[in-house]
Amino acid sequence: MKVVVLVKEVPDMGKVRFDTEKGVVDRSSADAQINPFDLNALQAAVDLKNLYNGEVTVITMGPLRAERTLRDAYARGADNCVLLSDKHFSGADTFATSRTIAAYISKLYDYDVIICGEKSIDGDTAQVGGEVADILNIPHAYYVEKINSISDKEIVVTINSLCGSKQLRKMKLPALISVTKNINRNELPTVKRKLKSLKIQVEKFGLSNLIDYISEEDTGFKGSPTKVIKVVVPKEKIKECKVYKDDFRGFFSDVLGALKDKKVL
Amino acid sequence: MKTHSGVLVIAEQCFGDIHRVSYELLGKGREISQKLGSPLYSLILGGEGLNVEELNYCGADKVFYMKNKCFEKPEEFLFKENIVRFIEEQKPEVVLIGATSFGRSCAPRIAASLKTGLTADCTDLYVDEEGNLIQIRPAFSNNILAHIKTITIPQIATIRYKEFNEGKRDTNRGINITVLDAYVSLNDKSEIIEIFKDSDFDITEAKVVVSVGRGIKKKEDLEMFKELVELLGGHLGASRAIVDAGFIGSAHQVGYSGSRVKPKVYIACGISGAPQHIAGMKEAELIIAINSDSSAPIFNYADIGYVGDLYEIIPKMIQALKNNK
Ligand SMILES: Cc1cc2nc3c(=O)[nH]c(=O)nc-3n(C[C@H](O)[C@H](O)[C@H](O)COP(=O)(O)OP(=O)(O)OC[C@H]3O[C@@H](n4cnc5c(N)ncnc54)[C@H](O)[C@@H]3O)c2cc1C
Repeated sequence: MKVVVLVKEVPDMGKVRFDTEKGVVDRSSADAQINPFDLNALQAAVDLKNLYNGEVTVITMGPLRAERTLRDAYARGADNCVLLSDKHFSGADTFATSRTIAAYISKLYDYDVIICGEKSIDGDTAQVGGEVADILNIPHAYYVEKINSISDKEIVVTINSLCGSKQLRKMKLPALISVTKNINRNELPTVKRKLKSLKIQVEKFGLSNLIDYISEEDTGFKGSPTKVIKVVVPKEKIKECKVYKDDFRGFFSDVLGALKDKKVL
Repeated sequence: MKTHSGVLVIAEQCFGDIHRVSYELLGKGREISQKLGSPLYSLILGGEGLNVEELNYCGADKVFYMKNKCFEKPEEFLFKENIVRFIEEQKPEVVLIGATSFGRSCAPRIAASLKTGLTADCTDLYVDEEGNLIQIRPAFSNNILAHIKTITIPQIATIRYKEFNEGKRDTNRGINITVLDAYVSLNDKSEIIEIFKDSDFDITEAKVVVSVGRGIKKKEDLEMFKELVELLGGHLGASRAIVDAGFIGSAHQVGYSGSRVKPKVYIACGISGAPQHIAGMKEAELIIAINSDSSAPIFNYADIGYVGDLYEIIPKMIQALKNNK
């Protein structure tokens, strides 16, 4: 069973600072970390590997420093770590990113399942999975909360919610799934694997390695059909809250008035 | 001459009912099409018997009803194949899709097939002086708003539900419906084995949401909140903390990785107000917070607050509401 996991490196959202005046995100204000939703994808892949004797390849596209995120993925159970990095790849939107990742996966050729997290906490788009699946012309399912079964030809999954219902779906392999955070609980890396992760070889691929699968103008900023023209950092609206303490009657009469006002009572 | 013209709204149906986001897209789509001086089209894919004239009434100049049994169940690949073929023939300049779970799963495939840009989960749209569609969307976990332009055609965006007003319904508007058959109705790579409901409530449609957080000590304590919810005719919500603790199912979770709700009244009980929780409820019309810690951030977002122990306040509220009946 060959499982590919797509991960993204993102800033720690609790620490990153936003400049309201200039409308910029100061990425240097926070450490980079593996996108929290991708940890569930990685865990799902490692669980499959343990059940079916497989191999997990983790792919990330990003600057050279993203090697750290890949070492973290190794510590958590990945076997092969691949970094797609090139000056031409920078400034990519979801489509250019998907094309670059799909180019690498086409080159890889032999794979059964691709697993992604639900979305990234910085881009929030949840687009790369579906775009990669379409470029590779393989079926996909989003919001997967359970992998019911898998054989060497097909996978059966439970989709958490489509049109307000759950769905049990069978797909031919290779297929792509994105998983919800409820699919599993992340296991912590062992000390042994953590130490080993410092010594492993991260495979690096740039444009020249993928040139049979993608051309320069389809990558990075140049290959991106969407352009961010402006970023606005809205000021937090702090409400005037009427706070009660030790005065239940006052509180309740206010609440009752509001409920009536909103016609819910 | 422009090679592409018209604004196309992809209307969504769920098991035979047209999703309300479709009417909201028509409302906004009308505005955009007027700015561009081009017609407003709507495409809907479904089985027999959809009330598609509603799409005309709510703003579409022309409705295309692609009718086939294969669209009765949501499966992305078939919808995408057919939508892409339709777009290639019709050549709209703008395509709007609801950012529902199905829309967000389908749209990336549509955009990738057409080799065009896609902007996800937009909260606003406008047309600039050069006639480009500018798409506004939150990013960085809702901390920023990015304004995005697409340099390829068509410009495709998914739009959040309950962000825009529905197109004004006018039954005098002319009916113009073209029925089409599916281009493709088989997909041998994917098969829906079963469709089932796990809960018969949809928290995003609730008028009142009473949410509970780590302020409760054990699962059994949820009972009093269920009683309160019953009295108010609402739904029970939860912070991620108690979903993760296994107190309640994930369908109840409100927030960035749960549901985004916009009820008339939101009551947060024993919830601190972490940014990821706030992201899911800050647009409620009225927010009431109950928390024992007067410095909890939730009070910065609330209209009415009570500083105190919920084990004391909630039973009192239940009693007072009963007395009021
Ligand atoms: C990527 C990511 C996504 C996330 N998505 C979500 C999401 O979708 N939804 C979500 O909710 N969270 C989400 N979180 C988690 C979020 O950051 C917080 O950890 C979580 O919201 C905290 O839940 P809480 O307020 O119930 O718990 P706490 O933060 O522990 O707050 C408990 C509150 O209860 C009060 N309290 C305690 N006892 C009492 C009492 N007896 N009476 C009254 N008040 C009492 C305390 O004063 C405190 O304010 C996400 C986090 C990440 C990293």
